[in-house]
Amino acid sequence: MLRREMNAPRDNIVEIRDLHFSRGARKIFDGLNVDIKRGQVTAIMGPSGTGKTTLLRLITRQLRPDHGTIVVDGVDIANLNKAELYKLRKRFGMLFQNGALLTDLSVFENVAFPLREHTNLSNRLIRHVVLTKLHAVGLRGAADMMPGELSGGMARRVALARAMATDPDILIYDEPFVGLDPISMGVIVRLVRRMNDALGISSILVSHDVDEISTVSDCSYLLSDGKVAASGSPDELNRASSELVRQFMHGMADGPVAFHFAAPDYAEQLLGRDSE
Amino acid sequence: MPRELWITFVEFVRTFGALTLFLVELLIQVPRVFVRRFRLIVAQVYNAGSLSLVIIMVCGAFVGGVLALQGYANLTRFNAEDAVGIFAGFALIKELGPVITALLFAGRAGTALASEIGLMKATDQLSAMEMMAVDPIRRVVLPRFLGGVIAMPLLTAVFSMIGLLGAHMVGVMLLSIDVGAFWQQMQSTLDLRDVSEGILKSVVFGVIASLLAVWEGYNAIPTAEGVSRATTRTVVLTAIAVLITDFMITAWFLR
Ligand SMILES: Nc1ncnc2c1ncn2[C@@H]1O[C@H](COP(=O)(O)OP(=O)(O)OP(=O)(O)O)[C@@H](O)[C@H]1O
Ligand SMILES: [Mg+2]
Repeated sequence: MLRREMNAPRDNIVEIRDLHFSRGARKIFDGLNVDIKRGQVTAIMGPSGTGKTTLLRLITRQLRPDHGTIVVDGVDIANLNKAELYKLRKRFGMLFQNGALLTDLSVFENVAFPLREHTNLSNRLIRHVVLTKLHAVGLRGAADMMPGELSGGMARRVALARAMATDPDILIYDEPFVGLDPISMGVIVRLVRRMNDALGISSILVSHDVDEISTVSDCSYLLSDGKVAASGSPDELNRASSELVRQFMHGMADGPVAFHFAAPDYAEQLLGRDSE
Repeated sequence: MPRELWITFVEFVRTFGALTLFLVELLIQVPRVFVRRFRLIVAQVYNAGSLSLVIIMVCGAFVGGVLALQGYANLTRFNAEDAVGIFAGFALIKELGPVITALLFAGRAGTALASEIGLMKATDQLSAMEMMAVDPIRRVVLPRFLGGVIAMPLLTAVFSMIGLLGAHMVGVMLLSIDVGAFWQQMQSTLDLRDVSEGILKSVVFGVIASLLAVWEGYNAIPTAEGVSRATTRTVVLTAIAVLITDFMITAWFLR
């Protein structure tokens, strides 16, 4: 009994504590705390430019925090050497915001890339896996095309197939729904959910799309001003009374979240007074 | 003004140091990459070579022809037009072959390398590789570097050979220099030391041109503007570095 408890997997696959991060003089995170639960779909929301992509890069240590700890599956990633880091990264699948397909390889070879790099699978087996993944995103027919011949939405779907190719434990999606038509969107939303539940993986999903997030996520974090402004299940967020959450969830231009990037006074600038 | 000079100097030393470290980092991984990614390297030798081959052949022929013309025009004053062969041979094999090949290589293959790697960076392809636990240095940078290093001496050999043929065509066929004298004097005067000077230069220039190209691409600011700047810098820096090293190697061989 006791042993089982000790070996029981930790609840949180990712724990972020007191995270600080700056780009030049601009402070992007200022004491951020986030828990990503194992086996769930966790959504990260927030206005454009709040640092959602930056957060994903910090979790995967493409960037290092100025201060604070990030623990992935019980390991503090700050202290990993390159070999350990690469070992950890093999457990991640990441969908980049712009797809980031390798432009000198065909769609098929892009999805096969992580398999060829890290496994000794036979060509037959690789072919099987790649075609299965491409089929799941509806692009089996595009296997022989080059990335340059794909539309933005198609490229993102291929990138999704590539992220899933090695059956990772943690899937990270940076804006997977942008540029998809309603049909592909529905398919991809269900795919994200099904991947998560059927394979027992954990998913981190960045999106602006409040409606889609509500259908797919177990728990959402709303970031604003370098901190967590609100968190909870989609229902909880929808019912939240805080003005900021309501503004974001219902898409209103006026409210505590500034729609404008920090700038001098509009009228003053138009009249040219700021330059005098 | 002295302050600006000082800053430029410090900047130069810093860049030079970083470049040296980068080269060391590359060289350490060479054996491993050579074994595990041999096919990528071959593909890059083909890539770099085929990009520059036609230009190098055309330029080689004309440079050889000019050497024959100039040699003839100036050597006849001393009644030494038979020495046109030696003159063209020395100039091509020791000096113009390696230098001009390196400059053409930088303009054609070097810029292509720099902009390719820079664009891969700007479109997150290098980050994506890192996320797939694939080291972009090993997968992208090193094969291209080694491809360039291997291709340069081969291209230099082609340039010098075509150049000699060009000199032969102009000198022997156009200006009627004695064919025996043209080749015989060249053969008896050029020795191993001269040829090895040319080979050494071509290898060193190959390292310089390839290193600067992959370095500029890998460290490009990941925007369209940054990549275009990196491409320009590749050509300019390679030209400067090659001409300075050329002087040093030549001086060293004279010692
Ligand atoms: N390479 C960089 N250098 C300097 N500043 C950067 C860089 N990348 C991002 N930033 C800044 O960091 C902030 C956060 O960027 P990030 O890409 O994480 O935003 P985001 O939340 O993903 O936005 P979006 O929803 O538009 O993708 C932005 O204000 C941006 O100006
Ligand atoms: Mg983003």
